Amino acid sequence: MSWWSRKNKATELSSEKRSVPSGLFQMCEGCGSTLDSQLIEAAYMCCPQCGHHFTLPTEDRLRLLLDEGTAVEHDAELSPVDPLGFRDSKTYADRLSALKKKTGQRDAFRSFMGHIDGVAVSFGVFQFEFMGGSMGSVVGEKIARLYERAREHRCPAVVLSASGGARMQEGILSLMQMAKTSAALGRLRGAGLPYISVLLNPTTGGVAASFAMLGDIIIAEPGAMVGFAGPRVIEQTIRQKLPPGFQRAEFLLEHGMIDAIVPRAELKSWLATTLRLLQKQPAPPPPAASRSSSFPSLPKVSLT
Amino acid sequence: MIDPRQSLDFERPLVELENKIEELKRLAGGELLAAEIRLLERRAQRAREEIFAALTPWQKVLLSRHPLRPYAMDYVSRMCSEFIELHGDRAFRDDEAIVAGLARLRAWDNQSILLLAHQKGRGTKEAVRRNFGMPRPEGYRKARRLMDLAARFRLPIVALIDTPGAFPGIDAEERGQAEAIAKNLEVMAGLPVPIVAAVIGEGGSGGALAIGVCDRLLMLEFSVYSVISPEGCASILWKDQGKVDQAAAQMKMTAEDLKSLGVVDEVLREPPGGAHHSYDEAAMIVGDAVARHLRELSVLPQEGLLDGRYAKYRALGRFEEPRS
Ligand SMILES: [Zn+2]
Repeated sequence: MSWWSRKNKATELSSEKRSVPSGLFQMCEGCGSTLDSQLIEAAYMCCPQCGHHFTLPTEDRLRLLLDEGTAVEHDAELSPVDPLGFRDSKTYADRLSALKKKTGQRDAFRSFMGHIDGVAVSFGVFQFEFMGGSMGSVVGEKIARLYERAREHRCPAVVLSASGGARMQEGILSLMQMAKTSAALGRLRGAGLPYISVLLNPTTGGVAASFAMLGDIIIAEPGAMVGFAGPRVIEQTIRQKLPPGFQRAEFLLEHGMIDAIVPRAELKSWLATTLRLLQKQPAPPPPAASRSSSFPSLPKVSLT
Repeated sequence: MIDPRQSLDFERPLVELENKIEELKRLAGGELLAAEIRLLERRAQRAREEIFAALTPWQKVLLSRHPLRPYAMDYVSRMCSEFIELHGDRAFRDDEAIVAGLARLRAWDNQSILLLAHQKGRGTKEAVRRNFGMPRPEGYRKARRLMDLAARFRLPIVALIDTPGAFPGIDAEERGQAEAIAKNLEVMAGLPVPIVAAVIGEGGSGGALAIGVCDRLLMLEFSVYSVISPEGCASILWKDQGKVDQAAAQMKMTAEDLKSLGVVDEVLREPPGGAHHSYDEAAMIVGDAVARHLRELSVLPQEGLLDGRYAKYRALGRFEEPRS
């Protein structure tokens, strides 16, 4: 039995990718120090020196947040089509099949039912590596269903966003996913169920301008770039350089746009604590001796 | 008369003919002149048919941005027998890129509505004041404040959409452009009053949708609506701003395209030569269509209205799913 109940190609692919041989070094974009890649990986892709958050592969993200053996993937069979017959230098259809081969995924979002420290949630996470996490019909449909599933099971929804925005290749249908997801979310809110939006690096465009900025509670990972317009578009419009730190999580917190910045190491317990408080559930029993706010160690489970 | 200097390259032959006809009509005419006018009118008609039958998507984009195209207030002043503008978001400032207020719709027996619209400015000074119809968060928050007002007093909402997009600027980001747009999408999806939106010019992405979630979406035939501007799409996907005609064609952003994708409920035919050839006629066309849809929607029970709106958006999108 795999760690979650749906076995697919992606889990195998990334389990191969995960094992970085020792002796590989990389430079931290945050502090400039040269670090052993294994050390960064052991810290869920955070710099042990400065805490800079690198991109965390989805498999590790799931391992970090969802209780072992509780996650069930939903709607994994949804596949994108090419509704416009879109073609730039390549056809959209070709791009999709190349990405499917490369990432093992059909589109840019994955949905689960599972537990976060014992709290049942309808949970989803973007896969930025699939066309920049862009939202087309499949992503929009999966997110709408995620909220509907939360409503049906009377549990909270948690969505981790990392997206460049709406997917151009599906044209107006991508734009309409903003309305569709926001409408589904409105119904979840109407049912009195909480929704926490977690903003990862980066979250912009049509995803930011819909469900990602509509959390009852909105949090971000340190340094995450979040905004409506991308920095390049803004620079072109106003014809001046942007100030350092513009549109980063810290900037959003300062301007009152998010509730908190939560480091990756604390994300799981932060989510569970907050969801329990919101739902007036009792606090869990006092932590066992081994429990701490640092990362759980990477389980040595085989993923097949 | 249309100033040929303000006309688009492809419509200039037609505009010149039309102006010539008008000039001749102003002369006290004999039989000879009347025959000349008839001849020119036939030629103008043929030119109009030829030009407008073969418009490319990019040419429609240009028409939707035509400097002489009627803007929202040109419609409001004709469609509505009364209009009381209401200002401000009660938090930061009044954003003149969005106009909002209470109105009476002539074609709907002068009944009360709440009107929301993007307003581009005509002439440099007004255009700057209205930020070329590109709202900042406070514009969307003004609209949201008035949506709540409409809900409390059970006023149907009519939205006129015409924006290049939400403003991409430092101040707009600081004040939460993404959140302002997002909140409107959620609020409009659940408003207990009928909402009819009409795209009268440019439907620029999220900046348009933020006042455009509705029960019925109408589009003038030479208006456009897209997820990104053709310029933006061309520079990202073609790495070449000049490929706007390809981008416009590929994105399927014309009124007819959107109708066939099921996003638009009705395409409204424009006066011959486009809405800028007759503001009165254009306003009549939009007003009558809006009223017709309001009549249909206003008899629905609230629950049916909201379920219908939810189902409409819920069904938008194309994908494959194996049957289980
Ligand atoms: Zn570092």
